Amino acid sequence: MMTLALTVIPLALLGAVLGLDVVSFPQAMISRPIAAATFAGALMGAPARGMIAGAVLELFALETLPFGASRYPEWGSASVVGGALYAAAPLGSAGALTVAVCASLLTGWFGSLTMVWHRKLIARWAAGMRDALTSGSCEAVNGLQLRGLSADLARGGLLTWTALMIFQPLESAVLARWSFGSAESRATVVILAGAVAGGAIWKIVHNTKGATWFLLGGLAVGSTLLLVT
Amino acid sequence: MTVTAPPLPIRTRAAMFLRLLAVQGAWNYETLMGNGVAFAVEPALRLLPGGRGGEQYRAAIARLNGYFNANPYLAGLAVGALASAELSGEPTDRIDRFHTACCGPLGSVGDRLVWAGWLPACSLLALAAFGLGMRAAGVVLLFLGTYNAGTMALRYWGLRAGYREGLRVASALGAPLLRKGPAQVARASALLAGIAIPLAVRGVIGPARGALEIVFAVAAVGAVTLARLQGRIEGWRLAVGALALFILISVVR
Repeated sequence: MMTLALTVIPLALLGAVLGLDVVSFPQAMISRPIAAATFAGALMGAPARGMIAGAVLELFALETLPFGASRYPEWGSASVVGGALYAAAPLGSAGALTVAVCASLLTGWFGSLTMVWHRKLIARWAAGMRDALTSGSCEAVNGLQLRGLSADLARGGLLTWTALMIFQPLESAVLARWSFGSAESRATVVILAGAVAGGAIWKIVHNTKGATWFLLGGLAVGSTLLLVT
Repeated sequence: MTVTAPPLPIRTRAAMFLRLLAVQGAWNYETLMGNGVAFAVEPALRLLPGGRGGEQYRAAIARLNGYFNANPYLAGLAVGALASAELSGEPTDRIDRFHTACCGPLGSVGDRLVWAGWLPACSLLALAAFGLGMRAAGVVLLFLGTYNAGTMALRYWGLRAGYREGLRVASALGAPLLRKGPAQVARASALLAGIAIPLAVRGVIGPARGALEIVFAVAAVGAVTLARLQGRIEGWRLAVGALALFILISVVR
Protein backbone atom coordinates (compact mmCIF):
# COMPACT_ATOMS: atom_id res chain seq x y z
CA MET A 1 0.00 0.00 0.00
CA MET A 2 2.86 2.34 0.91
CA THR A 3 4.58 1.63 -2.42
CA LEU A 4 1.37 2.34 -4.31
CA ALA A 5 0.90 5.59 -2.40
CA LEU A 6 4.36 6.73 -3.50
CA THR A 7 4.18 5.52 -7.09
CA VAL A 8 1.01 7.46 -7.79
CA ILE A 9 2.57 10.75 -6.67
CA PRO A 10 3.82 11.76 -10.18
CA LEU A 11 0.34 11.01 -11.54
CA ALA A 12 -1.23 13.03 -8.71
CA LEU A 13 1.01 15.98 -9.60
CA LEU A 14 -0.08 15.67 -13.22
CA GLY A 15 -3.71 15.50 -12.04
CA ALA A 16 -3.15 18.64 -9.97
CA VAL A 17 -1.86 20.64 -12.94
CA LEU A 18 -4.55 19.35 -15.29
CA GLY A 19 -7.28 19.83 -12.68
CA LEU A 20 -6.16 23.45 -12.38
CA ASP A 21 -6.47 23.89 -16.14
CA VAL A 22 -10.16 22.93 -16.19
CA VAL A 23 -11.33 26.29 -14.84
CA SER A 24 -8.71 28.25 -12.92
CA PHE A 25 -5.55 28.52 -15.03
CA PRO A 26 -4.87 28.70 -17.98
CA GLN A 27 -7.83 26.90 -19.60
CA ALA A 28 -5.56 25.82 -22.46
CA MET A 29 -7.52 22.54 -22.52
CA ILE A 30 -4.53 20.40 -21.64
CA SER A 31 -7.17 18.95 -19.30
CA ARG A 32 -9.33 17.59 -22.13
CA PRO A 33 -9.29 13.78 -22.14
CA ILE A 34 -7.60 13.41 -25.52
CA ALA A 35 -4.58 15.30 -24.14
CA ALA A 36 -4.75 14.53 -20.41
CA ALA A 37 -5.13 10.74 -20.72
CA THR A 38 -2.30 10.68 -23.29
CA PHE A 39 -0.03 12.56 -20.85
CA ALA A 40 -0.92 10.04 -18.13
CA GLY A 41 -0.23 7.16 -20.51
CA ALA A 42 3.12 8.73 -21.42
CA LEU A 43 3.99 8.95 -17.72
CA MET A 44 3.28 5.21 -17.47
CA GLY A 45 5.42 4.57 -20.59
CA ALA A 46 2.47 3.88 -22.93
CA PRO A 47 1.19 7.11 -24.53
CA ALA A 48 -0.68 5.27 -27.29
CA ARG A 49 -2.72 3.29 -24.74
CA GLY A 50 -3.37 6.48 -22.80
CA MET A 51 -4.64 8.06 -26.00
CA ILE A 52 -7.09 5.19 -26.63
CA ALA A 53 -8.65 5.79 -23.21
CA GLY A 54 -8.50 9.53 -23.93
CA ALA A 55 -10.35 9.13 -27.24
CA VAL A 56 -13.20 7.22 -25.53
CA LEU A 57 -13.42 9.81 -22.76
CA GLU A 58 -13.27 12.64 -25.30
CA LEU A 59 -16.36 11.19 -26.99
CA PHE A 60 -18.14 11.34 -23.62
CA ALA A 61 -16.77 14.83 -22.94
CA LEU A 62 -18.44 16.21 -26.06
CA GLU A 63 -21.68 16.05 -24.08
CA THR A 64 -20.45 18.06 -21.11
CA LEU A 65 -19.28 21.46 -22.28
CA PRO A 66 -18.30 23.81 -19.45
CA PHE A 67 -20.99 26.47 -19.79
CA GLY A 68 -20.95 29.11 -17.03
CA ALA A 69 -21.86 27.81 -13.60
CA SER A 70 -23.23 24.49 -14.89
CA ARG A 71 -22.00 21.26 -13.28
CA TYR A 72 -19.88 19.01 -15.44
CA PRO A 73 -17.33 16.24 -14.79
CA GLU A 74 -13.86 17.44 -13.92
CA TRP A 75 -12.11 15.87 -16.90
CA GLY A 76 -8.51 16.84 -16.06
CA SER A 77 -7.96 14.64 -13.01
CA ALA A 78 -10.47 12.05 -14.25
CA SER A 79 -8.59 11.58 -17.53
CA VAL A 80 -5.29 11.10 -15.70
CA VAL A 81 -6.97 8.29 -13.73
CA GLY A 82 -8.45 6.69 -16.88
CA GLY A 83 -5.30 7.02 -18.97
CA ALA A 84 -3.04 5.69 -16.20
CA LEU A 85 -5.28 2.73 -15.34
CA TYR A 86 -5.55 1.62 -18.95
CA ALA A 87 -1.86 2.14 -19.64
CA ALA A 88 -0.90 0.16 -16.53
CA ALA A 89 -3.21 -2.81 -17.21
CA PRO A 90 -1.62 -5.98 -18.64
CA LEU A 91 -1.63 -6.09 -22.45
CA GLY A 92 -4.51 -8.17 -23.81
CA SER A 93 -6.55 -7.77 -20.66
CA ALA A 94 -10.14 -8.02 -21.93
CA GLY A 95 -11.88 -5.63 -19.51
CA ALA A 96 -9.11 -3.08 -19.01
CA LEU A 97 -10.63 -0.31 -21.11
CA THR A 98 -14.10 -0.86 -19.64
CA VAL A 99 -12.80 -0.61 -16.08
CA ALA A 100 -10.53 2.36 -16.82
CA VAL A 101 -13.31 4.34 -18.51
CA CYS A 102 -15.81 3.56 -15.75
CA ALA A 103 -13.29 4.58 -13.06
CA SER A 104 -12.53 7.77 -14.95
CA LEU A 105 -16.20 8.72 -15.32
CA LEU A 106 -16.77 8.10 -11.60
CA THR A 107 -13.73 10.26 -10.77
CA GLY A 108 -15.05 13.00 -13.04
CA TRP A 109 -18.44 12.79 -11.35
CA PHE A 110 -16.90 13.12 -7.88
CA GLY A 111 -14.56 15.77 -9.28
CA SER A 112 -17.53 17.95 -10.17
CA LEU A 113 -18.57 17.82 -6.50
CA THR A 114 -15.08 18.86 -5.40
CA MET A 115 -15.31 21.83 -7.78
CA VAL A 116 -18.52 22.92 -6.04
CA TRP A 117 -16.84 22.61 -2.62
CA HIS A 118 -13.87 24.60 -3.92
CA ARG A 119 -16.13 27.40 -5.15
CA LYS A 120 -18.00 27.50 -1.84
CA LEU A 121 -14.68 27.64 0.03
CA ILE A 122 -13.57 30.65 -2.05
CA ALA A 123 -16.90 32.36 -1.35
CA ARG A 124 -16.30 31.83 2.37
CA TRP A 125 -12.79 33.28 2.12
CA ALA A 126 -14.17 36.23 0.14
CA ALA A 127 -16.81 36.85 2.83
CA GLY A 128 -14.08 36.89 5.46
CA MET A 129 -12.14 39.45 3.40
CA ARG A 130 -15.16 41.57 2.52
CA ASP A 131 -14.01 44.73 4.35
CA ALA A 132 -10.61 44.62 2.70
CA LEU A 133 -12.10 43.95 -0.72
CA THR A 134 -14.68 46.74 -0.52
CA SER A 135 -12.02 49.18 0.62
CA GLY A 136 -10.00 48.40 -2.53
CA SER A 137 -7.14 46.43 -1.04
CA CYS A 138 -4.91 45.04 -3.79
CA GLU A 139 -3.43 42.56 -1.31
CA ALA A 140 -6.91 41.14 -0.65
CA VAL A 141 -7.67 40.77 -4.39
CA ASN A 142 -4.32 39.11 -5.12
CA GLY A 143 -4.50 37.00 -1.98
CA LEU A 144 -7.95 35.66 -2.79
CA GLN A 145 -6.88 34.87 -6.34
CA LEU A 146 -3.75 33.01 -5.18
CA ARG A 147 -5.65 31.12 -2.50
CA GLY A 148 -8.24 30.03 -5.07
CA LEU A 149 -5.56 28.86 -7.51
CA SER A 150 -3.59 27.01 -4.81
CA ALA A 151 -6.69 25.32 -3.44
CA ASP A 152 -7.67 24.17 -6.94
CA LEU A 153 -4.20 22.75 -7.52
CA ALA A 154 -4.41 20.85 -4.24
CA ARG A 155 -7.96 19.70 -5.04
CA GLY A 156 -6.92 18.19 -8.38
CA GLY A 157 -3.88 16.46 -6.88
CA LEU A 158 -5.73 15.02 -3.93
CA LEU A 159 -8.60 13.85 -6.11
CA THR A 160 -6.25 12.06 -8.53
CA TRP A 161 -4.23 10.49 -5.72
CA THR A 162 -7.33 9.26 -3.89
CA ALA A 163 -8.97 7.91 -7.05
CA LEU A 164 -5.84 5.99 -8.04
CA MET A 165 -5.43 4.59 -4.53
CA ILE A 166 -8.97 3.22 -4.76
CA PHE A 167 -9.16 2.19 -8.40
CA GLN A 168 -5.71 0.66 -8.99
CA PRO A 169 -6.21 -2.27 -6.57
CA LEU A 170 -9.88 -2.49 -7.58
CA GLU A 171 -8.92 -2.74 -11.25
CA SER A 172 -6.52 -5.62 -10.54
CA ALA A 173 -9.19 -7.48 -8.56
CA VAL A 174 -11.86 -6.96 -11.21
CA LEU A 175 -9.62 -7.94 -14.13
CA ALA A 176 -8.60 -11.14 -12.33
CA ARG A 177 -12.26 -12.25 -12.34
CA TRP A 178 -13.23 -10.77 -15.73
CA SER A 179 -15.39 -13.20 -17.72
CA PHE A 180 -16.46 -11.37 -20.91
CA GLY A 181 -14.34 -11.60 -24.03
CA SER A 182 -12.31 -8.74 -25.47
CA ALA A 183 -14.70 -8.07 -28.34
CA GLU A 184 -17.88 -7.62 -26.30
CA SER A 185 -16.04 -5.68 -23.58
CA ARG A 186 -14.60 -3.21 -26.05
CA ALA A 187 -17.82 -3.02 -28.09
CA THR A 188 -19.85 -2.07 -25.00
CA VAL A 189 -17.59 0.88 -24.18
CA VAL A 190 -17.46 2.07 -27.78
CA ILE A 191 -21.22 1.84 -28.31
CA LEU A 192 -21.89 3.91 -25.19
CA ALA A 193 -19.26 6.50 -26.09
CA GLY A 194 -20.40 6.72 -29.72
CA ALA A 195 -24.05 7.10 -28.71
CA VAL A 196 -23.30 9.83 -26.19
CA ALA A 197 -21.09 11.70 -28.70
CA GLY A 198 -23.67 11.43 -31.47
CA GLY A 199 -26.46 12.70 -29.21
CA ALA A 200 -24.23 15.53 -27.97
CA ILE A 201 -23.31 16.69 -31.46
CA TRP A 202 -26.96 16.79 -32.45
CA LYS A 203 -27.69 18.91 -29.37
CA ILE A 204 -24.94 21.37 -30.37
CA VAL A 205 -25.71 21.71 -34.09
CA HIS A 206 -29.43 21.10 -34.56
CA ASN A 207 -30.35 24.79 -34.16
CA THR A 208 -27.92 25.90 -36.86
CA LYS A 209 -29.35 26.34 -40.34
CA GLY A 210 -27.94 23.79 -42.77
CA ALA A 211 -25.93 21.93 -40.12
CA THR A 212 -27.83 18.69 -40.74
CA TRP A 213 -26.54 18.65 -44.32
CA PHE A 214 -23.00 19.24 -43.10
CA LEU A 215 -23.41 16.35 -40.64
CA LEU A 216 -24.69 14.05 -43.41
CA GLY A 217 -21.87 15.21 -45.71
CA GLY A 218 -19.38 14.46 -42.95
CA LEU A 219 -20.86 11.00 -42.46
CA ALA A 220 -20.46 10.34 -46.18
CA VAL A 221 -16.80 11.42 -46.05
CA GLY A 222 -16.25 9.45 -42.82
CA SER A 223 -17.78 6.30 -44.32
CA THR A 224 -15.61 6.63 -47.40
CA LEU A 225 -12.52 7.03 -45.24
CA LEU A 226 -13.51 3.92 -43.29
CA LEU A 227 -13.57 1.97 -46.52
CA VAL A 228 -10.33 3.31 -48.01
CA THR A 229 -8.08 3.60 -44.95
CA MET B 1 -14.11 65.26 -17.58
CA THR B 2 -12.89 62.25 -19.54
CA VAL B 3 -9.53 62.09 -21.31
CA THR B 4 -8.19 59.52 -23.74
CA ALA B 5 -6.68 56.51 -21.99
CA PRO B 6 -2.87 56.55 -22.33
CA PRO B 7 -1.09 53.85 -24.32
CA LEU B 8 -0.21 50.98 -22.00
CA PRO B 9 3.46 50.01 -21.57
CA ILE B 10 4.27 46.55 -22.96
CA ARG B 11 5.03 45.29 -19.44
CA THR B 12 1.57 46.32 -18.25
CA ARG B 13 -0.14 44.73 -21.26
CA ALA B 14 1.83 41.52 -20.75
CA ALA B 15 0.92 41.43 -17.05
CA MET B 16 -2.76 41.98 -17.85
CA PHE B 17 -2.73 39.24 -20.48
CA LEU B 18 -1.03 36.77 -18.13
CA ARG B 19 -3.49 37.57 -15.34
CA LEU B 20 -6.34 37.18 -17.81
CA LEU B 21 -5.37 33.51 -18.11
CA ALA B 22 -6.20 33.17 -14.40
CA VAL B 23 -9.35 35.31 -14.51
CA GLN B 24 -11.38 32.42 -13.06
CA GLY B 25 -8.82 31.58 -10.35
CA ALA B 26 -11.13 32.73 -7.54
CA TRP B 27 -14.45 31.83 -9.23
CA ASN B 28 -17.13 31.45 -6.58
CA TYR B 29 -20.92 31.45 -6.24
CA GLU B 30 -21.06 34.97 -4.73
CA THR B 31 -19.10 37.21 -7.12
CA LEU B 32 -18.39 34.64 -9.87
CA MET B 33 -15.29 35.93 -11.72
CA GLY B 34 -15.48 39.43 -10.18
CA ASN B 35 -12.27 39.12 -8.20
CA GLY B 36 -10.50 37.82 -11.30
CA VAL B 37 -11.50 40.92 -13.28
CA ALA B 38 -10.05 43.23 -10.61
CA PHE B 39 -6.95 41.01 -10.56
CA ALA B 40 -6.53 41.32 -14.35
CA VAL B 41 -7.17 45.08 -14.53
CA GLU B 42 -4.90 45.87 -11.56
CA PRO B 43 -1.58 46.33 -13.48
CA ALA B 44 -3.22 49.13 -15.52
CA LEU B 45 -4.63 50.82 -12.41
CA ARG B 46 -1.10 51.44 -11.15
CA LEU B 47 -0.94 54.18 -13.82
CA LEU B 48 -3.71 56.17 -12.11
CA PRO B 49 -2.73 59.44 -10.36
CA GLY B 50 -1.38 58.53 -6.93
CA GLY B 51 -0.09 55.19 -8.21
CA ARG B 52 -0.45 51.87 -6.43
CA GLY B 53 -2.36 52.31 -3.19
CA GLY B 54 -3.54 55.83 -4.11
CA GLU B 55 -7.11 56.96 -3.56
CA GLN B 56 -8.24 56.51 -7.18
CA TYR B 57 -6.48 53.15 -7.38
CA ARG B 58 -8.25 51.81 -4.28
CA ALA B 59 -11.62 53.17 -5.42
CA ALA B 60 -11.20 51.42 -8.79
CA ILE B 61 -10.19 48.10 -7.19
CA ALA B 62 -13.22 48.30 -4.90
CA ARG B 63 -15.53 48.99 -7.87
CA LEU B 64 -14.16 46.16 -9.99
CA ASN B 65 -14.06 43.21 -7.57
CA GLY B 66 -17.83 42.88 -7.25
CA TYR B 67 -20.10 40.46 -9.11
CA PHE B 68 -19.07 39.82 -12.71
CA ASN B 69 -19.53 37.00 -15.16
CA ALA B 70 -18.57 36.40 -18.80
CA ASN B 71 -17.11 33.71 -20.95
CA PRO B 72 -13.45 33.55 -19.81
CA TYR B 73 -12.12 33.83 -23.36
CA LEU B 74 -14.06 37.06 -23.98
CA ALA B 75 -13.50 38.52 -20.51
CA GLY B 76 -10.54 40.40 -22.03
CA LEU B 77 -12.97 42.74 -23.77
CA ALA B 78 -14.38 43.80 -20.39
CA VAL B 79 -10.95 43.89 -18.73
CA GLY B 80 -9.55 46.13 -21.50
CA ALA B 81 -12.63 48.37 -21.54
CA LEU B 82 -12.67 48.78 -17.75
CA ALA B 83 -8.95 49.59 -17.66
CA SER B 84 -9.46 52.17 -20.38
CA ALA B 85 -12.49 53.69 -18.60
CA GLU B 86 -10.67 53.97 -15.29
CA LEU B 87 -7.57 55.54 -16.84
CA SER B 88 -9.57 57.99 -18.93
CA GLY B 89 -11.55 59.18 -15.90
CA GLU B 90 -15.00 58.07 -17.02
CA PRO B 91 -17.74 58.87 -14.47
CA THR B 92 -18.05 56.07 -11.93
CA ASP B 93 -21.78 55.54 -12.55
CA ARG B 94 -21.04 54.85 -16.25
CA ILE B 95 -18.33 52.37 -15.28
CA ASP B 96 -20.70 50.65 -12.83
CA ARG B 97 -23.45 50.43 -15.48
CA PHE B 98 -21.03 48.98 -18.03
CA HIS B 99 -19.68 46.50 -15.46
CA THR B 100 -23.20 45.19 -14.92
CA ALA B 101 -24.46 45.38 -18.50
CA CYS B 102 -21.67 43.62 -20.37
CA CYS B 103 -21.94 40.32 -18.43
CA GLY B 104 -24.84 38.93 -20.49
CA PRO B 105 -23.52 39.58 -24.01
CA LEU B 106 -19.95 38.53 -23.20
CA GLY B 107 -21.29 35.31 -21.68
CA SER B 108 -23.68 34.28 -24.41
CA VAL B 109 -21.52 35.23 -27.40
CA GLY B 110 -18.42 33.61 -25.89
CA ASP B 111 -20.23 30.45 -24.86
CA ARG B 112 -21.67 29.95 -28.35
CA LEU B 113 -18.37 30.74 -30.05
CA VAL B 114 -15.97 28.78 -27.83
CA TRP B 115 -17.77 26.22 -25.70
CA ALA B 116 -20.38 25.19 -28.26
CA GLY B 117 -18.24 25.91 -31.33
CA TRP B 118 -14.47 26.02 -31.25
CA LEU B 119 -13.90 23.43 -28.49
CA PRO B 120 -16.03 20.65 -30.05
CA ALA B 121 -14.59 21.44 -33.48
CA CYS B 122 -10.99 21.08 -32.23
CA SER B 123 -11.89 18.00 -30.23
CA LEU B 124 -13.47 16.37 -33.29
CA LEU B 125 -10.47 17.30 -35.42
CA ALA B 126 -8.21 15.51 -32.91
CA LEU B 127 -10.54 12.48 -32.83
CA ALA B 128 -10.46 12.32 -36.64
CA ALA B 129 -6.65 12.43 -36.59
CA PHE B 130 -6.63 9.66 -33.96
CA GLY B 131 -9.03 7.58 -36.09
CA LEU B 132 -6.79 8.02 -39.12
CA GLY B 133 -3.86 6.59 -37.17
CA MET B 134 -1.87 9.71 -36.27
CA ARG B 135 0.67 9.15 -33.47
CA ALA B 136 -0.17 10.22 -29.93
CA ALA B 137 2.14 13.25 -29.90
CA GLY B 138 0.74 14.44 -33.23
CA VAL B 139 -2.88 14.17 -32.06
CA VAL B 140 -2.17 16.08 -28.84
CA LEU B 141 -0.17 18.78 -30.65
CA LEU B 142 -2.86 19.15 -33.31
CA PHE B 143 -5.57 19.53 -30.66
CA LEU B 144 -3.70 21.90 -28.35
CA GLY B 145 -2.16 23.89 -31.22
CA THR B 146 -5.45 24.45 -33.02
CA TYR B 147 -7.48 25.20 -29.89
CA ASN B 148 -4.98 27.58 -28.37
CA ALA B 149 -4.21 29.37 -31.64
CA GLY B 150 -7.87 30.35 -31.72
CA THR B 151 -8.45 31.11 -28.06
CA MET B 152 -5.17 32.93 -27.38
CA ALA B 153 -5.82 35.12 -30.42
CA LEU B 154 -9.36 35.76 -29.16
CA ARG B 155 -8.09 36.73 -25.70
CA TYR B 156 -5.42 39.03 -27.15
CA TRP B 157 -7.89 40.64 -29.57
CA GLY B 158 -10.42 41.10 -26.74
CA LEU B 159 -7.94 42.87 -24.49
CA ARG B 160 -6.75 45.17 -27.29
CA ALA B 161 -10.22 45.94 -28.65
CA GLY B 162 -11.55 46.53 -25.15
CA TYR B 163 -8.81 48.99 -24.29
CA ARG B 164 -9.09 50.77 -27.64
CA GLU B 165 -12.88 51.16 -27.53
CA GLY B 166 -13.35 51.70 -23.80
CA LEU B 167 -17.01 51.80 -22.78
CA ARG B 168 -18.02 51.84 -26.48
CA VAL B 169 -16.80 48.26 -26.73
CA ALA B 170 -20.32 47.01 -27.57
CA SER B 171 -19.42 47.85 -31.19
CA ALA B 172 -16.64 45.23 -31.01
CA LEU B 173 -19.28 42.63 -30.22
CA GLY B 174 -20.67 43.31 -33.69
CA ALA B 175 -17.43 42.10 -35.29
CA PRO B 176 -18.12 39.52 -38.04
CA LEU B 177 -16.22 36.84 -36.13
CA LEU B 178 -18.53 37.17 -33.12
CA ARG B 179 -21.76 37.63 -35.12
CA LYS B 180 -21.35 34.97 -37.77
CA GLY B 181 -18.58 32.87 -36.21
CA PRO B 182 -20.75 30.62 -33.99
CA ALA B 183 -22.95 29.44 -36.88
CA GLN B 184 -19.95 28.84 -39.17
CA VAL B 185 -18.09 26.92 -36.48
CA ALA B 186 -21.24 24.87 -35.70
CA ARG B 187 -21.44 23.84 -39.38
CA ALA B 188 -17.75 22.91 -39.35
CA SER B 189 -18.35 20.90 -36.16
CA ALA B 190 -21.24 19.06 -37.81
CA LEU B 191 -19.05 18.16 -40.80
CA LEU B 192 -16.16 17.10 -38.54
CA ALA B 193 -18.50 15.07 -36.32
CA GLY B 194 -19.68 13.04 -39.30
CA ILE B 195 -16.08 12.29 -40.20
CA ALA B 196 -14.53 11.93 -36.74
CA ILE B 197 -16.99 9.86 -34.72
CA PRO B 198 -16.98 6.79 -37.03
CA LEU B 199 -13.20 6.98 -37.42
CA ALA B 200 -12.65 7.33 -33.67
CA VAL B 201 -14.99 4.41 -32.95
CA ARG B 202 -13.00 2.27 -35.38
CA GLY B 203 -9.75 3.48 -33.81
CA VAL B 204 -10.85 2.36 -30.35
CA ILE B 205 -12.71 -0.82 -31.19
CA GLY B 206 -9.67 -3.10 -31.57
CA PRO B 207 -10.72 -6.73 -31.02
CA ALA B 208 -14.39 -6.05 -31.85
CA ARG B 209 -13.56 -4.87 -35.38
CA GLY B 210 -15.46 -7.79 -36.90
CA ALA B 211 -18.67 -6.40 -35.45
CA LEU B 212 -18.09 -2.81 -36.60
CA GLU B 213 -21.42 -2.55 -38.49
CA ILE B 214 -23.39 -3.78 -35.46
CA VAL B 215 -21.53 -1.36 -33.19
CA PHE B 216 -22.32 1.56 -35.53
CA ALA B 217 -25.98 0.58 -35.77
CA VAL B 218 -26.47 0.25 -32.00
CA ALA B 219 -24.52 3.47 -31.32
CA ALA B 220 -26.64 5.32 -33.90
CA VAL B 221 -29.86 4.12 -32.27
CA GLY B 222 -28.47 5.21 -28.88
CA ALA B 223 -27.49 8.63 -30.28
CA VAL B 224 -30.95 9.22 -31.77
CA THR B 225 -32.59 8.16 -28.48
CA LEU B 226 -30.38 10.52 -26.46
CA ALA B 227 -30.96 13.35 -28.95
CA ARG B 228 -34.73 12.90 -28.61
CA LEU B 229 -34.42 12.91 -24.82
CA GLN B 230 -32.24 16.03 -24.85
CA GLY B 231 -32.31 18.07 -21.67
CA ARG B 232 -34.04 15.31 -19.72
CA ILE B 233 -31.12 12.98 -19.27
CA GLU B 234 -27.35 13.10 -19.54
CA GLY B 235 -25.89 10.28 -21.58
CA TRP B 236 -22.60 10.06 -19.67
CA ARG B 237 -24.45 9.44 -16.38
CA LEU B 238 -26.42 6.64 -18.05
CA ALA B 239 -23.14 5.28 -19.39
CA VAL B 240 -21.60 5.14 -15.90
CA GLY B 241 -24.55 3.04 -14.72
CA ALA B 242 -24.40 0.78 -17.77
CA LEU B 243 -20.63 0.25 -17.46
CA ALA B 244 -20.85 -0.45 -13.72
CA LEU B 245 -23.59 -3.02 -14.37
CA PHE B 246 -21.56 -4.60 -17.17
CA ILE B 247 -18.50 -4.86 -14.90
CA LEU B 248 -20.59 -6.36 -12.10
CA ILE B 249 -22.07 -9.00 -14.39
CA SER B 250 -18.66 -9.86 -15.78
CA VAL B 251 -17.24 -10.37 -12.29
CA VAL B 252 -20.09 -12.34 -10.69
CA ARG B 253 -21.36 -14.55 -13.50
